[in-house]
Amino acid sequence: MQFDTTELISFMTNWSVILPALLTTVLMAILAQVLGIALGLVAALAGRSRNALVHGIAAVYVWIFRGTPVLVQILLLYFGVPVLLGGIDPFPTTYGSLPGLIGGAFVAATLALGVNEGAYMSEIIRAGILSVDSGQAEAAKSLGMTPRKTMSRIVLPQAMRVIVPPLGNEFNNMLKTTSLASVITVTELVMVAEMRYAGTFKPFEPLVGISLYYLAMTTIWGVIQSRIERKFGAGMNRNEEAGFWSRMLSMSRGAPHSGGVR
Amino acid sequence: MTEPTGHVHGTDVQVSHDLLGAIGGVPRPSGDVVVEATDVNKWFGKLHVLQDVSLQVKRQEVVVILGPSGSGKTTFIRCVNHLEKIQQGRIFVNGRLIGYREVNGKLVEDKEANIAVQRQEIGMVFQRFNLFPHKTALENIIEAPTQVRGMGKAEALEMGQALLARVGLANKAAAYPSQLSGGQQQRVAIARALAMKPALMLFDEPTSALDPEMIGEVLEVMKELAREGMTMIVVTHEMGFAREVGDRVVMMDEGRIVEEATPETFFSHPTHERTKSFLAKIL
Ligand SMILES: Nc1ncnc2c1ncn2[C@@H]1O[C@H](COP(=O)(O)OP(=O)(O)OP(=O)(O)O)[C@@H](O)[C@H]1O
Ligand SMILES: [Mg+2]
Repeated sequence: MQFDTTELISFMTNWSVILPALLTTVLMAILAQVLGIALGLVAALAGRSRNALVHGIAAVYVWIFRGTPVLVQILLLYFGVPVLLGGIDPFPTTYGSLPGLIGGAFVAATLALGVNEGAYMSEIIRAGILSVDSGQAEAAKSLGMTPRKTMSRIVLPQAMRVIVPPLGNEFNNMLKTTSLASVITVTELVMVAEMRYAGTFKPFEPLVGISLYYLAMTTIWGVIQSRIERKFGAGMNRNEEAGFWSRMLSMSRGAPHSGGVR
Repeated sequence: MTEPTGHVHGTDVQVSHDLLGAIGGVPRPSGDVVVEATDVNKWFGKLHVLQDVSLQVKRQEVVVILGPSGSGKTTFIRCVNHLEKIQQGRIFVNGRLIGYREVNGKLVEDKEANIAVQRQEIGMVFQRFNLFPHKTALENIIEAPTQVRGMGKAEALEMGQALLARVGLANKAAAYPSQLSGGQQQRVAIARALAMKPALMLFDEPTSALDPEMIGEVLEVMKELAREGMTMIVVTHEMGFAREVGDRVVMMDEGRIVEEATPETFFSHPTHERTKSFLAKIL
């Protein structure tokens, strides 16, 4: 069997199929990541609470969602929750007024990915907060700042330096993890590739095609990430940042960012 | 207050002789007694760090706390703005119990929001400066006035500039802490605390983390503050400062105040054995 370049190009430029799939992938990744950051922040702050119940809930959340496969979480949410709810289907094929792209499967996958991500973000944010010298919070308090102001204006902005690099890696990973949504019929990149070779019996070309699209998305994100990290370095006397290519070539799931001193 | 005489740590830094003018004059404490600590006891686990500590600080007084390492000096002044809890005793600042409410003779910790309000009147300067590294010198100074006191940005910037100028850092407004020397950082930290117009300033070994050549410029600012009538509690190992600026010297040892006297009496006729051996070591 030979690699069919014509088939690759034909698949990759079949815009009426590819563009919605790309949009679905990116939208799902962004929404899930935003949800993950929000939940992670809440869980990280709850984890610092003196209230044992609040603290406990946060710990259990992180324990469960980091301790089970995200694929299983997606399936449980999509197939399990409707069972629990009896007759009501929270994930219908379409939501009437919403664009067709945002159907029940899309919502279920995004929620599951976001809730799962929240557990990881919680740990990342927690580590970020802990990385800030305790003297910072004390100085803020000594100036009469409330705990809330101390956290939002003094501690979190400094924690960002430690949070942003792994957050960038999380999003890089999220762009790829959205591929799991294909198992519950979300029409993202993997799904359209599968649909293509179901008809052509040529799996190689569409799989290479979507790989190139994933690579393009993560590369663009890498550029954006470098910019964001530079922004959060303001005032911090730190060593030379890792260059773009060393970052691209060293990126891996959960691995600490290779450049700079932290 | 004594006029400054020659001191060990010289400095070229120009400190204004109207430092407090930048914040509209000496902030007036509400009463004649600014700090009233009675029989304060504190434990860290089994360690009895503060034992029946009682101390009164009157308006415009400069009280210097001396003592060997581990004697509880830092712990005590951190209790004065409730960065540390106490287990027994009472600390009143500006006539109000700090950090606690008294309910049926028992201390109940106050809400953070209430404690925050009380801390607005108490400036603190730390050994390690603790400037906010993500903010410039000027931003460090205006942060609390704008965020806590609700002061307008323009007014805060003007006051911040005036404070910087008076501690000799007029041209460092836009510098980040990482771009400043230790002495410069500590002067910004003092200006930051002053910007809240506090009735009381607490200093915890403000020159201990500095290179010797920078100690003078920070001490100069503190002396000027004292001269202009700021009420201060200063933990320091700078005997020259204690002698020259202190109205009273307090000696702590193993969690207790063992001696309290005017600088003249303290340095020339110490009564307590611990004080004598401490002075013998340090002078
Ligand atoms: N957070 C803490 N937990 C437990 N023990 C502590 C804590 N902070 C201080 N201590 C102990 O309390 C005692 C008093 O400490 P403190 O820092 O008040 O001493 P100090 O007089 O300021 O000493 P130094 O001159 O070295 O600064 C020491 O034995 C110290 O080890
Ligand atoms: Mg100390």
